[in-house]
Amino acid sequence: MSRLPEQPGEKISRQRVVRFKFDGTIVEAYEGDTIASALYAAGRRTFSRSFKYHRRRGLMCCSGQCPNCIVAVDGAPGARACTEPAREGMQVEHLNARPGLEFDAMRATDLVGGPFTPPGFYYKTFIKPRRWWPLYEKILRHAAGLGRLREEQQEREWRTEYRRRHADLLVVGGGAAGLRAASTAARLGADVVLVDEGPEPGGRLLIDGRGERIAALVGEVEEARVETLSRASALGYFDGMVPVWQGDTLHQVRARRHVFATGTIEQPLVFAGNDLPGVMLSDGARRLMALYSVRPGTRAVVATTSDRGLEAAIALHEAGVEIAAVADLRSIPGSPAGTLKRLGIEVMPAHTVVEARGRKAVTQAVLQRVSGGGEERTFDCDLVVVSGGTVPASSLPLQAGAQSRYDNSRGNFALTELPEGVHAAGEVAGVEEFEAVLRSGELAGLEAAHALGLGDAASRGRVDELRGRLALARDQRAAVAVPPPVAGSRRGKCFACLCEDVTSKDIHLSIEEGYDSIELSKRYTTVTMGPCQGRMCQLPAVRLMAQETGQSLEQVGTTTARPPWVSVPMGILGGRPFEPAKRSSIHGRHRELGGNVKWAGDWRRPYDYGDPRGEALAVHQAAGLIDVSTLGKLLVRGPDAGEFLDRLYPNRFSNLKPGRIRYGVISSDAGRIVDDGTICRLDDESFYVTTTSSGAGAVEEWFSWWLADWAMGVHLTDLTQGLSAVNLAGPRAREIMAKVTGLDCSNEAFAYLDGKRAAIAGVACLILRIGFVGEVGYEIHFRAAYGEHVWDALLEAGAEFGIRPFGLEPQRILRLQKMHILVGQDTDSESTPFGAAMPWIVKLDKDEDFIGKWALEHYAQTPSATSLVGFTLPDGYVPTEGAVVLDGAGSAAGQVTSARYSPVLGKVIGMAWVPSALARDEARVTLSDVGRTVTAEIQTKPFYDPDGEVLRS
Amino acid sequence: MSYVLSCPNCGVREVTDFGFGGEVSARPKSRPTFRELNTYNYFRRNVAGVQREWWFHRSGCRAWFIAERNTLTNEVLFTARPEEVGEAGPGGRGQGGPDGRGEDGPDRPAAA
Ligand code: FES
Ligand SMILES: [Zn+2]
Repeated sequence: MSRLPEQPGEKISRQRVVRFKFDGTIVEAYEGDTIASALYAAGRRTFSRSFKYHRRRGLMCCSGQCPNCIVAVDGAPGARACTEPAREGMQVEHLNARPGLEFDAMRATDLVGGPFTPPGFYYKTFIKPRRWWPLYEKILRHAAGLGRLREEQQEREWRTEYRRRHADLLVVGGGAAGLRAASTAARLGADVVLVDEGPEPGGRLLIDGRGERIAALVGEVEEARVETLSRASALGYFDGMVPVWQGDTLHQVRARRHVFATGTIEQPLVFAGNDLPGVMLSDGARRLMALYSVRPGTRAVVATTSDRGLEAAIALHEAGVEIAAVADLRSIPGSPAGTLKRLGIEVMPAHTVVEARGRKAVTQAVLQRVSGGGEERTFDCDLVVVSGGTVPASSLPLQAGAQSRYDNSRGNFALTELPEGVHAAGEVAGVEEFEAVLRSGELAGLEAAHALGLGDAASRGRVDELRGRLALARDQRAAVAVPPPVAGSRRGKCFACLCEDVTSKDIHLSIEEGYDSIELSKRYTTVTMGPCQGRMCQLPAVRLMAQETGQSLEQVGTTTARPPWVSVPMGILGGRPFEPAKRSSIHGRHRELGGNVKWAGDWRRPYDYGDPRGEALAVHQAAGLIDVSTLGKLLVRGPDAGEFLDRLYPNRFSNLKPGRIRYGVISSDAGRIVDDGTICRLDDESFYVTTTSSGAGAVEEWFSWWLADWAMGVHLTDLTQGLSAVNLAGPRAREIMAKVTGLDCSNEAFAYLDGKRAAIAGVACLILRIGFVGEVGYEIHFRAAYGEHVWDALLEAGAEFGIRPFGLEPQRILRLQKMHILVGQDTDSESTPFGAAMPWIVKLDKDEDFIGKWALEHYAQTPSATSLVGFTLPDGYVPTEGAVVLDGAGSAAGQVTSARYSPVLGKVIGMAWVPSALARDEARVTLSDVGRTVTAEIQTKPFYDPDGEVLRS
Repeated sequence: MSYVLSCPNCGVREVTDFGFGGEVSARPKSRPTFRELNTYNYFRRNVAGVQREWWFHRSGCRAWFIAERNTLTNEVLFTARPEEVGEAGPGGRGQGGPDGRGEDGPDRPAAA
């Protein structure tokens, strides 16, 4: 690690060494280093291979703005080596080069060169013969790209959070302007959030080594109680909400006002070989020196269009870099030229760089006079520092609705109008000189505070003063020259866009082919569409376009600013903040009993306990116990409760006697099945409604919506989470009940479809005698806290009779034997009760209106094209759910919705939608199932206990 | 889409806390023709401008309420409990929108 002597603002701690691996080799770094600063100090110059031509690329901006240093860190692609801190033990790998960064086979695409890969080349070339496309695609996909995801990503490995923050003011950018704006507004009483991308605030002050100024500004911000988010990126502006990505957290910041103090982005120059490692932006070179004490080269050529490059030349000289030459595009270089002269460095006016030469990195640069004879001079160097002016980082204000216009004096697009609620401060607003930047921050802070109703006469008076001084400062800005769109284009490839390897020639060609607007050219050449999102290439592309088409830059315009402004991991955006698994209060027991637990909607449920068929048989032969706590449970109470349910269901509930149960199907106003369940009348004014497990939430919404509209004397209580439920079923169920409850469970005292309240094992329960699984059954509902207690008591009492717990899978077999439908499985959003063979559920003779009445009246008259029926298959083959039902002509006419082997019947049974003409007993239909055809026999009555005698016994 | 709504019970929350119930419109009071029925079930006014809507505070108090919102700007003009809204009153799914427009289709959440 060769480093400069200690720099005043350096971020490294030289006593602490951290070690990480780059492509398997150990690299030593100081704490405070970035991956890139450590690698650069160790002599590495190539950091990546380019997207298309696989050219070497080196550090360019050193601030996370360009695509050149993207690496994979610990298997996750997409990190910028120049901003990612070096951590002990991290594994860093290069992207997009095979077999390695130093020898990349795909480099051939560049060396074959010339017209070989113009824009659209792959699409034009590899489209014929068409059948070979899959092969081409495979190769091309392999060749391009920015890294691959690790294949063994563990499920939910990365936990991300989001946080909502409502504030008075959000300030984006922690440079001088942003810091001052934040503290000004906060002092007047505003609740302010400040967001900054860097590890610490300071912006460009950091590279100027102005530590005391930063400390003072940060002190003001802290004292004013501004919430500062560091290492945090504002991703975009969405109707006033700004998502801010910080580590594992996405802050959704919603502020009433916004100050954007996002600064500027230094622009490269477009010349031959401008992408060679060693060609670096002036701020990039200065960051290496100031923050990490790394000398960017030994002998440098500097080419600039403004004072920025001259200042960099001074800094380079101070760091011991020999300055071979300085080219200033302006015919009268700015004031720092005087300083350079005193240092013995001559600035060449009206010169620019036309070519960088070198194989692996820069070894020579060619400078040329831009006017007159155009004589050129070649210099040996290992560093070319360029500064092609700046563009305001205005994407966020533009997304917020700001306007921009081409400013000829700066050669860039400057913000003009800002929308209501949005302020801009500092360099993004075109203010450059340090004191002016501070004033502009203060002004934005004051204006935001005033708009929030804060401030006083003094603060208001200050606004006019600041405005006046800022106008003055703007007029006194140092001159900037506008660089030519491209220089030295006949000498070699001149890159307008580094991310996507788009050269000036590519843009020329695309215009020749008719893509002559910037938005079209963007889509065709993909310029501005890479990882830098136009930071480095938008302006060069617009300039080239203007030159080629003879338009003004204003006419060419810019591409639309869109979020996200920085590359953001999908996990931050897409990762649900949390995905809670629902577990019943009996879940622990299922685990202990060896339950095979899987997802069922939001729930974790035992599919079986290892023997689904055996469990199903136990229900037929002895008894079974299943946890049905997932059922939706609604208590509907009040004087209008019966009438309310009459209006929601196609059948009638107001005439249901207390203590009795009725099945109900909810239909929409379009007559389609929405959900089903049982309803028990508890007393005159209360009904206990159960819904399907997956429909619980939606049914509650549905009920409460209509109640909000109808405003009836009804109160709804959702008991789904508060109550547990188990279903005890089987021929021995009654004997088991006798052991755990004093309730008379004889068939005479407790008949089918009765609902009674009684204590079971000492716990108050509501017991519903229903028969979803086809045997005598008691569905027992009780306070969830007693889940395991009741479950244990029933299993214990049933042990002598051979009771077994059964899971979801045996329940599906059992219910299918009874042709009890599963809403959403056997029905879809088109199914009506008539098609689903439940015409009896619809009481069209009800006088009162009910939801779905008119549509159901219509469907009662109009036979459904397909009907839901049962079927059996002879040879033991279980068709896939979704297998196609064919009509006589061999066309698809329906589908299988459920199919299982029934152990008690010894055959395969199922349900399917078939053409209504075939919906009769013993009709035969052909099923086509993944290449296989089988003939099924239709059955319309339940397969097991068709007349329900068992259930009523 | 990102904005805030004020639940009449809970106060200001992000829109993602809520479920959208669609335009406020009236269910036919008496038997519609088949065409009217289908219009009611399947057609929306889809106003580009201010409209009244149903919202459900799904991640909060789980109450339905009415909001008036500009669909072009997402500006929410007001929110209120259904019974507070205009002459519509209990039982009336709005006598049309704020401009008294017709009794078209409601929008229902799929409850499956
Ligand atoms: S050098 Fe790292 S992003 Fe530009
Ligand atoms: Zn609420």
